Amino acid sequence: MIYLNGFRDPLAAAALRARIADSASRLSAERGPVRLMEVCGSHTMAIARSGIKAMLPSNVELISGPGCPVCVTAPGYVDTAVEMARRGAAIVTFGDMVRVPGTSTTLAKERARGATVHVCYSPAEAIAHAQNEPDREHVFLAIGFETTAPAVTAVMHQAATHGIPNLSFLTAFKLVPPALQALMNDPDVALDAFLCPAHVSAIIGADAYRPFAAQGTPCVVAGFEPLDILDGVEAILRQMLDGRSFVENRYSRVVKDGGNARAQELMARYLRPIDASWRGLGTIPESGLGLRPEFSTIDAEVRFGLPQREGKPNPKCLCGDVLKGKIRPAQCPLFGTVCTPIQPMGPCMVSSEGSCAAEYRYAKGAA
Amino acid sequence: MCLAVPMRVIEAKADGRGRVELDGALYDVDLSLIEDVHPGEHVIVHAGFAIEKLDEAEADARLALFDELARTYERESGQRVRLAAPAREETS
Ligand code: SF4
Repeated sequence: MIYLNGFRDPLAAAALRARIADSASRLSAERGPVRLMEVCGSHTMAIARSGIKAMLPSNVELISGPGCPVCVTAPGYVDTAVEMARRGAAIVTFGDMVRVPGTSTTLAKERARGATVHVCYSPAEAIAHAQNEPDREHVFLAIGFETTAPAVTAVMHQAATHGIPNLSFLTAFKLVPPALQALMNDPDVALDAFLCPAHVSAIIGADAYRPFAAQGTPCVVAGFEPLDILDGVEAILRQMLDGRSFVENRYSRVVKDGGNARAQELMARYLRPIDASWRGLGTIPESGLGLRPEFSTIDAEVRFGLPQREGKPNPKCLCGDVLKGKIRPAQCPLFGTVCTPIQPMGPCMVSSEGSCAAEYRYAKGAA
Repeated sequence: MCLAVPMRVIEAKADGRGRVELDGALYDVDLSLIEDVHPGEHVIVHAGFAIEKLDEAEADARLALFDELARTYERESGQRVRLAAPAREETS
């Protein structure tokens, strides 16, 4: 496969590991462990799969951040979708959402009781489903970060222009930079640097992290291949050794400084920043995107007269602390015993990119 | 959920639809989120949409850097076993 194998060359990986070890040993004389947050769930998966944590020196910690859109979706969102399904709407959603717990049920359980839930790979499938069953309301669960929002917005645009009268969108898009700011403001979290997401950055651009670098936090955009991740860690340690913090784009084969302008324009036309509720992080100002009022005809909350509910997470699930990097998944008492990927208690175990699921699959509970 | 894969463009239609290829399999994708895309180029595909192009010159430059790192390491560490993965495999 073109452009993948080259980024997995074992000898280059060994070379990067040697550099990382060298930088880390020089840093350790001056300070405690370095805490790097990999913001993105796809990084979390790639790190777990390629065993990168074991390749790093003991004083370099990689902490999984809130970068799994399913994991941060609030239980009240699921409750609202369930209510729409109970009122007869067909739900169209990315697969991971189906098992995310709401306050007392999941879409999977509702489906077993007769609700219609279509799982899709592309949001464009929502239009086909709606056209297949024109007499039934269809609701697309519009979740995701900046990576996914443009694709969903393109489908909103098609629905709005071609007039698909029975399709609406329940939006809970999340924005990465406001969440990073909230983490930086939290004194309990104490992060030294961000390994910034690859494909979120393809849309928003590497420049979006400048405010964090200006506050003293090195920010390095890295791809998903093993060499990309090691290279990103190496770049972060080098910045720290030099006592500097700036935005470094190590995934320039895809990410531009300004991002994807066409996708940004399309999103700005349909969506506006709104305060959003994150599981585990609470409400963060202007950290989500909702439909602009002029597109209320395709807004499921308006169509059903059902504003998003508050909802309550399972109090025993510590996903919130996991998402902030305060605890490792294995430190949750439910991890691997009561809570497993087959029987998930919290969203971090549901999504294949959730920190708990990644740790369960690849480390099987090793603390 | 933000995983996206590089695929080679086979066909780019005027209406924004297109076909891409990965490992010999063809897929229909939506190319409307990116500008000016041509057959032969690589795009990053997420949820059925191309979200950005893959800049081959930048990819080659990064691969060359990794290759250089590997060679230096090989020299300095005396490690001589170069594993077989070529720096870049062509899909023809
Ligand atoms: S192990 Fe399960 S219950 Fe514990 S934090 Fe993770 S998802 Fe929540």
